[in-house]
Amino acid sequence: MKLAKVNAVIVGAGAGGGIVAKELAEAGLTVALLERGKWYTAYDCRKDDLRNQRTSVLGCAFGPDDDRNRRVLVEPDGQERVVVPSDGAYNNDAACVGGGTLSYGAMAWRYLEKDFRMRSTYGAVAGSTLEDWPLSYQDLEPYYTKAEWEIGVSGDDANNIFKGARSRPLPMPPLPPSREHVILKAAAERLKLHPFDIPMLRNTVPYNGRGACMRCRWCAGFACEVDAKCGTHNTVIPQALATGNCTLRTECVVSKIVTNDQGQVTGVEYFDERGHRQEQPADLVVVSASATETPRLLLNSPSRLFPHGLGNRYDWVGRNLMGHAYAGAYGLMETDTYDDLGPGASIAICDYNHGNPGLVGGAMLCNEFIRLPIHFASISPPGVPRWGAARKDFVRKFFNRCISVHGPVQEMPVFAARVQVDRRVVDDWGIPVARMSGARHSRDLDVANYISGKAAAWLQEAGATTTWPKLPGKVLSGGQHQAGTCRMGNDPKTSVVNRYCRVHDVANLFVIDGSVHVTNGGFNPALTIMAIAYMASERIVQSWKGTRMRG
Amino acid sequence: MQITAVATAAAPMVACLGPGNPWRCLNAEEARTLEAICERIIPTDQDPGAAWAGVVTFIDRQLTGHYRKMRKAYAQGLAGTNATCRARYGKPFVELSSQQQDALLQTMENGQARGECWKQASAKSFFDLVVSHTLQGFYGDPRHGGNRERASWKMLRLPYPPVRGRMPGPTSTEDPDFADRKSA
Repeated sequence: MKLAKVNAVIVGAGAGGGIVAKELAEAGLTVALLERGKWYTAYDCRKDDLRNQRTSVLGCAFGPDDDRNRRVLVEPDGQERVVVPSDGAYNNDAACVGGGTLSYGAMAWRYLEKDFRMRSTYGAVAGSTLEDWPLSYQDLEPYYTKAEWEIGVSGDDANNIFKGARSRPLPMPPLPPSREHVILKAAAERLKLHPFDIPMLRNTVPYNGRGACMRCRWCAGFACEVDAKCGTHNTVIPQALATGNCTLRTECVVSKIVTNDQGQVTGVEYFDERGHRQEQPADLVVVSASATETPRLLLNSPSRLFPHGLGNRYDWVGRNLMGHAYAGAYGLMETDTYDDLGPGASIAICDYNHGNPGLVGGAMLCNEFIRLPIHFASISPPGVPRWGAARKDFVRKFFNRCISVHGPVQEMPVFAARVQVDRRVVDDWGIPVARMSGARHSRDLDVANYISGKAAAWLQEAGATTTWPKLPGKVLSGGQHQAGTCRMGNDPKTSVVNRYCRVHDVANLFVIDGSVHVTNGGFNPALTIMAIAYMASERIVQSWKGTRMRG
Repeated sequence: MQITAVATAAAPMVACLGPGNPWRCLNAEEARTLEAICERIIPTDQDPGAAWAGVVTFIDRQLTGHYRKMRKAYAQGLAGTNATCRARYGKPFVELSSQQQDALLQTMENGQARGECWKQASAKSFFDLVVSHTLQGFYGDPRHGGNRERASWKMLRLPYPPVRGRMPGPTSTEDPDFADRKSA
């Protein structure tokens, strides 16, 4: 059925789409916000160790479901297999209102100045499409600030001498330190490093009408029972709806972007919550569906003028898929370090993000979110058997005496690491699924080894008697930090969108999510996705001429 | 005749394999064998092991849910384990000594258990599956049928925190979790 036309249709109510909806609706545009998942609330927090977004052995709590969704993964040796969302190889990100921001750990990082100038800083890297962003940290700074204050960030990065200048402090103070925090801070200072409180999209005091974190054990991967984590689901999306200009439609799966003969997009086709086909006409289309689902939708929308899919004239859509190569170390301590105070992760250093001898990039290092018993029981320290009495004894003895420090290694974008659409496998709606292939750059593993050594040194200074490394594999990267597949750039031949997230050759089509990241920093990407969404929305509003975009 | 009819009517709620079998998917022999394997993976010592903690209940329940595609793997794997036992020791797994059981599981883990019964899926892949499911059933959330009375969490000295708006569970009055975190 063809619905009444709106000014803007937004595909995906996650970190990016939620913000765009609010900014456009407040500016007076009519908005239809389509989300494939459901709208969960604090009430849906089940604190289920085996069914959440971090441990999905019994399924993904916040979508997508295993029954109707699948992808094709191409292994490095060419073997293909069909994977479902609860498989790690699916590289899932949550599908629900708020997207990943409902259940994330909520770290709120600004990328560093050099993260936007990787090519200028390090030069070309063989086998990588490493490039500078078409914008600088300074260009994005006002929007980082806006995200920090509108969505809500706590923390204290005053001691982070590596950060770019900020125009405004964070709106909320950090949580009081946990035992682990105290131990790690003293050790970092003895090593002449620069430890600080991680900025988090988390209420530590009442803010935006919601209460403070109650410091429970179940944080990363779970919805917050007291609604203290700040995502788009409990900030900008309710604000967008309150304008009266935005309708949110959940469980709506978009199958295609519709194009006319003038080379403009005219709306989207989707299946509603009852599986009925709908067409939503719109003056402009914003795709904010994640770095896997966004390219899938663009590639699933070919037309006479765009035979290879939208934005794909030069074969860049779906290229450069990246996430983060997590590297770090575990350390066993002589006394109890666990105090059951969530969220766990609290202290970080940026000493190794750049300037590592002979290496390109690096990573922020921080302590880990609380390891639930199922996590600790599954790690493999050297010399401890995998099962039997000795294993059980190890878990019992060291659960309360283990610290892990790790960080997201900035990956080198690889052209062959990519999302395509599979021509044979479809999902339950009959839409061709994402086909993922490629692998990490080998230099990511060199950086990971280096970072892991630095993590071990920090733990040893903190009193660890035994440490062992945590290292990534040379597999395809994506997951919850997925990015890069619709790169922004000034040259239409080597990018998909311009610096304001508009697809180069379609005047009224935008990609506003992690897909546009040229590189992905050595940090969790959520706050950067949010900042870009604010910046791109502002541009759309400025260019809006009532019924169309100017120029 | 009448009694049979009543039993049949009640059966679907309790079991799919006939009266007297408390399991949803496994038969009685499979359940006994699986429990013995799980108990070697996480044995009883000063704290409860996998058998007492209900790991088999966890696995059996998941075989009707998220792990339903693995029913065949369990049926073949458990039959294969016993076939390997009979070939080597002349008796089923549950009748072996603990040392013999460990030795047999090591053979499976190392990929040295071969034969007709491991043609479709290897002994190693079956053992790996049981190890990961045993960890989940022992250390995971009690709501899924394992980790009875939060046995593993108590072993790790983890209190179940009081949560806003949620009534304490039926066993919480006799539960020392809140008052007294027992020391290691």
